[in-house]
Amino acid sequence: MNTPTQDTAAIEVTGATVHYGDVLALDHVDLDVPQGLICGLLGTNGSGKSTLFKTLLGLVRPDHGRVRIMGRTHTAARRAGLLAYVPQSEQVDWAFPVRVRDVVMMGRYGHMRTRRRPRPADRQAVDHALHRTGLTDLADRQIGALSGGQRKRAFLARALAQQAHVLLLDEPFAGVDKHSESTIIDLLRTLREQGHTLLVSTHDLAQVPALCDRAVLLQRRVVARGTPDQVLRPELLMEAFGVHTPEEGPVWMP
Amino acid sequence: MDALTALVDFFAVPLQFAFVQRALLVAVVAGVVCAVLSCWMTLMGWSLMGDAVSHAVLPGVVLSAMFGLPFALGALVFGAGSVALIGAVNRTSRVKEDAVIGVVFTAMFALGLVLISRVPSQTDLGHILFGNVLGVTDTDIVQILVLAALVLTVVWFKHRDLTLYAFDRVHAHAIGLNPRLLETLLLGLLAVTVVVALQAVGIILVVAMVIIPGATAYLLTDRFERMLAIATAVAVAAAVLGVFTSFHLNVSTGGSIVLAQAGAFTLAYLLSPRHGILGRRRTRRRTHPATPAHT
Repeated sequence: MNTPTQDTAAIEVTGATVHYGDVLALDHVDLDVPQGLICGLLGTNGSGKSTLFKTLLGLVRPDHGRVRIMGRTHTAARRAGLLAYVPQSEQVDWAFPVRVRDVVMMGRYGHMRTRRRPRPADRQAVDHALHRTGLTDLADRQIGALSGGQRKRAFLARALAQQAHVLLLDEPFAGVDKHSESTIIDLLRTLREQGHTLLVSTHDLAQVPALCDRAVLLQRRVVARGTPDQVLRPELLMEAFGVHTPEEGPVWMP
Repeated sequence: MDALTALVDFFAVPLQFAFVQRALLVAVVAGVVCAVLSCWMTLMGWSLMGDAVSHAVLPGVVLSAMFGLPFALGALVFGAGSVALIGAVNRTSRVKEDAVIGVVFTAMFALGLVLISRVPSQTDLGHILFGNVLGVTDTDIVQILVLAALVLTVVWFKHRDLTLYAFDRVHAHAIGLNPRLLETLLLGLLAVTVVVALQAVGIILVVAMVIIPGATAYLLTDRFERMLAIATAVAVAAAVLGVFTSFHLNVSTGGSIVLAQAGAFTLAYLLSPRHGILGRRRTRRRTHPATPAHT
C-alpha cells in the first residue's frame, strides 16, 4: 500500500471468546489489521460482527482473549481519541431534537474541555466534515429529516470531525441509495490514503473487491481471512452464508 | 370593572401577602429546575423513574421531621438510596427494570406511610403528599434555593455530555467518556430535583413537573437548546398562573400548577405546527407532498 505503515497493528484481536449468557457469540476470534488498510468484516446477521465491534469498543468484555488498538487497551485508545464508531441505523433515536450539525459536533467532544464549548477549530472541523460528506446544505435539519444515505453520511461526518485513527463502520451500506453509496466509498478510500485504518462490516459483498484491502469472513469464528480474492470463494461463502447445517446453528453450552 | 384593572388586581392583590410572595418564589424556582431536567427525562423515557424517586422520598421526609433535621436531607438520602437500590436489584436479578422500579418505590412509600402513623401529629401527611407551598418556612426556602442552584450549576457544566449520553451512549463511550457515570449523574440530579419540587406540589405530583414541560417542548421544537428554553417558559408560566389561580379560587396550589402545565401540553399536542395533530394536518394541506431532498 502507498501509506507509511508502522509495525504496530491498528487493530489486534487474539483469541477473543464472547458468551451472551449460554450463547456463544464469538469463538476464539483472531483479527489483525495493519495501519492504513480497509478491512471488510463479512458475515450474516448474527455472525458476530456487531459483537466483535462491541468487543473492540470495550462494550463487551470477552471471556478470554485480548484486544489492542494501536498497541493500547481499548480504554487507553478511547481516551486518546483513537477510535471512532459509525453505528447501524437501528441504534439511533431519529426523533431526537438535534440538528445534523449538532451530531457532527459531538465528534469533537473529545477535543474539547469540560463544558464542551466549541472553539473556532471545532467549528472548522465540523464545516469541513459536512462539506466532505456533501451535507453542508442540510446541516441545520433535524437528524431524522434526512434520507437513509444522508443519515449514514451524517454519522460518517461525525467520525471525520473526530479525526480518529481507527474507524469502525457497522453496515455503512445498508439502506443507502446509489449516490450516497458512491460518496461513502470515495470518502473511505480518501481516509485510507490519509493513513486511517478502517474496519467495515457488511453482509453485502458487492463492494468488497473494489473497496477492501483485506477481508475476514466471520461465522462466530473466523472462517477465512486474506485478500478479497482469497476470501470471496464459493466454498467459503457457502460455509459462512449458506444454509445452516446443525452444527452451524446456535451453539448452546450446557 | 375595566378588564385591565381586573387583570392587574388578579396579580396585585395576592402579592400584598408575604406568604403568596414566598409561594411564588418556591413555585417558580422549582418549576425552572424541574423544567430543565424534564428535557432529559422526556428523551430518556424516565417518567416512571421520576415517579419512583418522588414516592421513595416519603420515609426520608418523615424521619427528618421525627429527628428535627432539614427535610431535604432525609429526602435526598432516600431518593438517591432508592435509585441505587433499583440499579442494584436490576443488575443482579432477572426481573425487568420497570418491575424493579415498581417494587422499590411502592415499598419505600409504604414504609413512609407506616412511619408517619407513628409520628406525632406535627407532620401533616396531606402536606407531604400534596404540597403546602402557601405555608413554606424560611428554612424550606433556603434548602430549596441551595439545591436548585446546585442542580442548575451541574447542568450548566455538563449539559452537552448529558445530551450526548441521551442521544448516543455508544459514541460517548467510544470517545472515552463514562456513560455509567453520566447516567448516575442524571439520576442524582433527578433525586435532588424531586426534593426541590416536593414543597411546591407534593410527592404525588412531582412527576408531572419533571415530565410535562419537557414533553410539551418536545412537541414544539427540534432543537435541544430551544427545548430547554420552551420547557422553562412553560413551567414559569404555569407556576405563576397556578399560584394566583389557587389564591383566587381557594383551590389546591400544586393541583393548579400541574393543571396549567397539562393545559400547555394539550395546546402543544393539538396545535404544534410540526408535531401537533391539528397543526400537522394544516401544514400537510398547505404544502405540496414532501419531496425527498436530493440524496
